[in-house]
Amino acid sequence: MQLRNKSRFGLSRAQLSLPYGLFLVCFVLAPLFVIIYYAFTNGEGRVTLDNLLGFLENPKTTGTLLYSFGIAVVTTSVCLLLAYPIAYILARAKYRHKSVVLMLFIMPMWINFTLRITALKEILTIIEGNLSFHPFLNTVIGMTYDFLPFMILPIYTTLLKLDKSLLEASSDLGADALQTFLKVTLPLSVPGIISGIFMVFLPSMTNYVVLDMLYNSTYIMGSLIGAYFAAYDWHGGSMISLVLLMIILVFTLFTNRYADEDAGNGRGGVVSR
Amino acid sequence: MRKRTHRRTALRILVSVTAAYLVLHGNMMHAFAKSDDEIVLRVCNWEEYIDTGDWDEEERIVLDNGVEIFGENPLYEDFEDWYFETYGRRVRVEYSCFGTNEDLYNQLNLGDTYDLVCPSEYMIMKLMAEGRLEPYSKTFYDKNNECNYYINNVSPYIYHVMNTNEINGERWSKYAAGYMWGVTGVLYNPGAVTQEDASSWKIFADTRLKRQVALKDNVRDSYFAALGILKADLLVNEEFRSAPDYTKRLEDEMNDTSQETIDEAQALLERLMDNIYSLETDSGKADMVSGKIVADYQWSGDAVYAMDQADEDDFELRFSVPEEGANLWFDGWVMLKDGIYGSADSEKQKHAAEAFVNYVSRPESAVRNMYYVGYTSSIAGAPSDDTVFEYVNWCYGAEDSEPDTISYPLGYFFSGDSADERYVITASSQQIDRQLYAQYPSEETLKRTVVMRYFNEDTSKAINQMWINVRCFDINDVPLAAWLAVLAVFLLIVRKIYGKVA
Repeated sequence: MQLRNKSRFGLSRAQLSLPYGLFLVCFVLAPLFVIIYYAFTNGEGRVTLDNLLGFLENPKTTGTLLYSFGIAVVTTSVCLLLAYPIAYILARAKYRHKSVVLMLFIMPMWINFTLRITALKEILTIIEGNLSFHPFLNTVIGMTYDFLPFMILPIYTTLLKLDKSLLEASSDLGADALQTFLKVTLPLSVPGIISGIFMVFLPSMTNYVVLDMLYNSTYIMGSLIGAYFAAYDWHGGSMISLVLLMIILVFTLFTNRYADEDAGNGRGGVVSR
Repeated sequence: MRKRTHRRTALRILVSVTAAYLVLHGNMMHAFAKSDDEIVLRVCNWEEYIDTGDWDEEERIVLDNGVEIFGENPLYEDFEDWYFETYGRRVRVEYSCFGTNEDLYNQLNLGDTYDLVCPSEYMIMKLMAEGRLEPYSKTFYDKNNECNYYINNVSPYIYHVMNTNEINGERWSKYAAGYMWGVTGVLYNPGAVTQEDASSWKIFADTRLKRQVALKDNVRDSYFAALGILKADLLVNEEFRSAPDYTKRLEDEMNDTSQETIDEAQALLERLMDNIYSLETDSGKADMVSGKIVADYQWSGDAVYAMDQADEDDFELRFSVPEEGANLWFDGWVMLKDGIYGSADSEKQKHAAEAFVNYVSRPESAVRNMYYVGYTSSIAGAPSDDTVFEYVNWCYGAEDSEPDTISYPLGYFFSGDSADERYVITASSQQIDRQLYAQYPSEETLKRTVVMRYFNEDTSKAINQMWINVRCFDINDVPLAAWLAVLAVFLLIVRKIYGKVA
């Protein structure tokens, strides 16, 4: 059936998308071009690659990139390890009020984030005594605390939608529980895992508020950009933003490809095997 | 069909109006102001840096000289009424705030226009050097006009500092009117640190206090502390301190920005990063009270606040100004050429801006601000008006029954004569290293304070790079094993994905 071109209110799709289009142009596209412009020009407005070379040659900026990457990788891994079993149990369990249990896990999101981190700071102080001895560990704990719900939700949703008949078929054909999990459930939940990784990995590379609040004085990408801007160096700061953007882009393409293949493979694999 | 055309027209109008509003926003505001014959004064100040009124009745301050201080409305709204009553013209204050000097500077460069802003001394110097400030008019300094509250009430000490410092041959006092001022020092916990230890910037390098001291997350303050530690031996040397040109030499030493010194400071700060608890902006006050840290680099105003908070918890904190020398800072009102001359009538605009400065310089306004903000006002009061002094006395003066008191002379600030007997406060002896001392350091202490100048473009670049180097993780610190591990994981992923395709 052909889709109707107009909604009930007589507005075409183009008209309905106008507000968002405007928003996109004003607050996403325009700033992006400003960033690109600044990244590739110098103080006199001439086109230059110096900012990029300056970034690549400085062991401190590349070190910061690596440090942020390290925090993001560890945070994401920890989140995944914690979130998957929870999501799995929640999706499988036969509680009558499943949504209530889920809500218990999501509820921390309702509390203001600075408040949560402040509370965490005090709890960690009681456990560790002096927070400043383990800045990396504290940062990872803080970020995990903050981003965990973003990992649980997408995995839970994917697992919930999973076709039960595939699991029955798997056990009918003689697979034990572990095999079923590894060969059916896990591959089919990859899209959820990937969107979870997305929601956690990218913010944890730049969210420097958590570091500040937990007394980690090492810069990550977000604070480094801030430092350049505070020193009125728009060009260097824009270049770092752009590098970060490129990493996100590569990351997206990479995971999309992985997700596509796996989704295709997984479905075909399960049915044919 | 007709209906649809209508809709489309409506939509077009909506879009064009929105666009026009975005583009013309600034101009339209002016047009409105003009039609009402109302001056719109755009003021930008630090956050939480002016009394916003709304006091409770029990907060009413009754001073010994009979003056009652009570903040009902925000000070800038009171100014609007006062201006209309005094000059018969309407003025509307568009009051906004900034978070750091650098933010303000960036805002100005991005096209925000203000008539009157209140940055710190080094930003004032920078704006002055860039020729962006409008000097105060001659009439502003006329002591015979009683509405010129600033010149009649400013502390002789502050005025002297602003009058003897120059940028490009021009005195600061020509462009800036002092608002708040103070010094930097060490806020410390007397239960864990002796006064002697806290009297040197070296306390931040003291390994006995490993991870129990905090510096500021701010390159200027941390650099200043680093200079104090690097040059400590010279700075406390008796010969150096008794030299006739001590102040000048101290100023040069604490404004040393040669590449060699910057490199040394970097090495020192990198070392300090392993000794401090954190680089903080705001958390230090609370962390001092909760005992997480025992010494903290602090601005005097925040130190007062922290000591007040600690007092409420029956916990004692003290403030000390290191012997090596400290930073004398102040925030001042400056007028921006862009704002004044971009307005409909620059003369009226400037008059309103100067009147605003005068209004906040009334002794009553100064007391309201000091009560609300906690920092020290540059206003001392005219010889005939002891409101500000009475307020200080109200805050710190000892009760008659107090057994252990000291005489604390403040003549240097209030009349310019340190021996002036009218301005001596009898305070509890503890105040010698507590709130009173932080708010009004002794004249002797102030002798070893200097203004830290602004960094020119090259220096600024070098120092900011130094700071980034201190703060960033160095890629050369990554051990080889970690690199190999990363490489192995990477290869594994690549194989997993591309191996499948092949």
